[in-house]
Amino acid sequence: MKTEYKIIVDLIEEKTRVLDVGCDDGTLMESLKKNKNVDARGIEISKDKVQTCVSKGLTVIEGNAEFDLKQFPNDSFDYVVLGQTLQAFVNPEVVIKELLRVGKKTIITIPNFGNWKVRLNLLIKGTMPITKSLPNDWYNTPNIHMCTIKDFVKFSKIINFKIFKSLALTNRNISNINNSNLFYKNLFAELGIFLIEK
Amino acid sequence: MNIKENIKTLVIKKPLKLDCGKSINNFPLAYETYGSLNENKDNAILVFHALTGDQFVTGINPVTKKDGWWSYAVGPNKSIDTNKYFVICANVLGGCMGSYGPGHKNPDTNKIYGTDFPVITINDMVNAQVNLLDHFNIKKLFSVVGGSMGGMQVLQFISNYPDKACTVVPIACTSSHSAQNIAFNELGRQAIASDHNWSNGKYLSNNTLPDKGLSVARMAAHITYLSKKGLQEKFGRKLQERDALKFGFDADFQIESYLRYQGSVFVDRFDANSYLYITRAMDYFDLVGQFDGNLSNAFKKTRAKFFVISFTSDWLYPTQENKEIVIALNAIGADVGFVEIKSDKGHDSFLLDVPDFLKTLKNFLDKSYSER
Repeated sequence: MKTEYKIIVDLIEEKTRVLDVGCDDGTLMESLKKNKNVDARGIEISKDKVQTCVSKGLTVIEGNAEFDLKQFPNDSFDYVVLGQTLQAFVNPEVVIKELLRVGKKTIITIPNFGNWKVRLNLLIKGTMPITKSLPNDWYNTPNIHMCTIKDFVKFSKIINFKIFKSLALTNRNISNINNSNLFYKNLFAELGIFLIEK
Repeated sequence: MNIKENIKTLVIKKPLKLDCGKSINNFPLAYETYGSLNENKDNAILVFHALTGDQFVTGINPVTKKDGWWSYAVGPNKSIDTNKYFVICANVLGGCMGSYGPGHKNPDTNKIYGTDFPVITINDMVNAQVNLLDHFNIKKLFSVVGGSMGGMQVLQFISNYPDKACTVVPIACTSSHSAQNIAFNELGRQAIASDHNWSNGKYLSNNTLPDKGLSVARMAAHITYLSKKGLQEKFGRKLQERDALKFGFDADFQIESYLRYQGSVFVDRFDANSYLYITRAMDYFDLVGQFDGNLSNAFKKTRAKFFVISFTSDWLYPTQENKEIVIALNAIGADVGFVEIKSDKGHDSFLLDVPDFLKTLKNFLDKSYSER
């Protein structure tokens, strides 16, 4: 399993209610059910992936998080998870607010556009960066709102949510992000993982 | 009418209070079963049929001698696997395949009911069918499944009997019949009523049949079961056994011939008054209204696991209407999955060979059964 998923599973307490937004093929949901005995629900935009989830016995609804989170009441989940998709939404601000409304706690992971490889790529080649975690060309990428770890931390102050835990994933190593190391983590981490609350 | 032998019937003795205010008792409910009930009696699936269906879900229908209406989905190793599950299906109240309906005699007058038969609702239908559980000594069904009007019965059933099913699968349906749905049904009813042979519903006593009216009703309805794209691809402007237009009103186009054929074979197997009664039941269906505008309240008492399925090209019961059921369930934290299946076959998709649908239905049922 991806290190990212292991970290998320660790962050989630046992026997809670979890909504996985953009649950893909249900790998994370399965792991959460198995390891943390959670009541897991998923929402996924791809028909094929919803069908894969159904074949695994997972409770998933086909839908678009940008519009379909409305149906869930306030605080209806202990955790809402959004893995590496914030950057793909037309309006990430609205989506974050919806996640915070629906979940008591929200876990968001973001591919870090501040990573040195990305920066170097643009600096040297002068073209839009293509890396392992960002494999698409500018014209066919689903990622329309890329941000850096630093951007996300700034964003928390702008739309006023609390970051309870921020972790950096660098070469499969996990470390804490704090004010004093933010510059370095923003330069070296591939992925930022945040546990946030409204 | 065909001779209706080979029809299993449960006579329901206790009175059933209908929504219209009248009560019926000692009435027949025709049903069929497939597969076998296990020792724990926990493998039963109650399938509800749609407007023109009947209890003969799969295999050869002994009355029409044609394949059962859900042969693609129900049978050994199929989506609803009869090697595994005990499938029960009843002909709805008001129907014409053995259950109590307008073709039966009124015990008070000893005349065929016709339109004197009480108006039936979806609620009445499921309240009659729940008697089958007692008959088979089943405390809790593994699943209730149905498409179109069958889906409406599924929703009404779990609302009325929240602890009588573990899983609930409404397919291509709605929680409230829309103005457009009512309009199409009214078109069908008016086609029947305007056939002189209908004789205000007394045709069975007169030995005449409103075949023309019923077949026009079927033709109109049939269009609503298909999609524009499906029709275009199958028929386009292709001509029927001719090289050029004939400048007349015979069936020049294949689509005309196809619809006429659909209408003509329908009248052999269906009763015009039943068509009136059952379409009326669909029109009266408004689960949202039953719960004062809050559909969530219909499902508040159940712990069942729901799986809602819709089809991309279904414009009769479109995805949005199916999604409203999902939204109502999510609003109360119910266990609900949902998928919209891609298909060009319109509303009829649930009856046809649509592999994604059949596979998804099977996966949901089998997984839920193994984890129950």
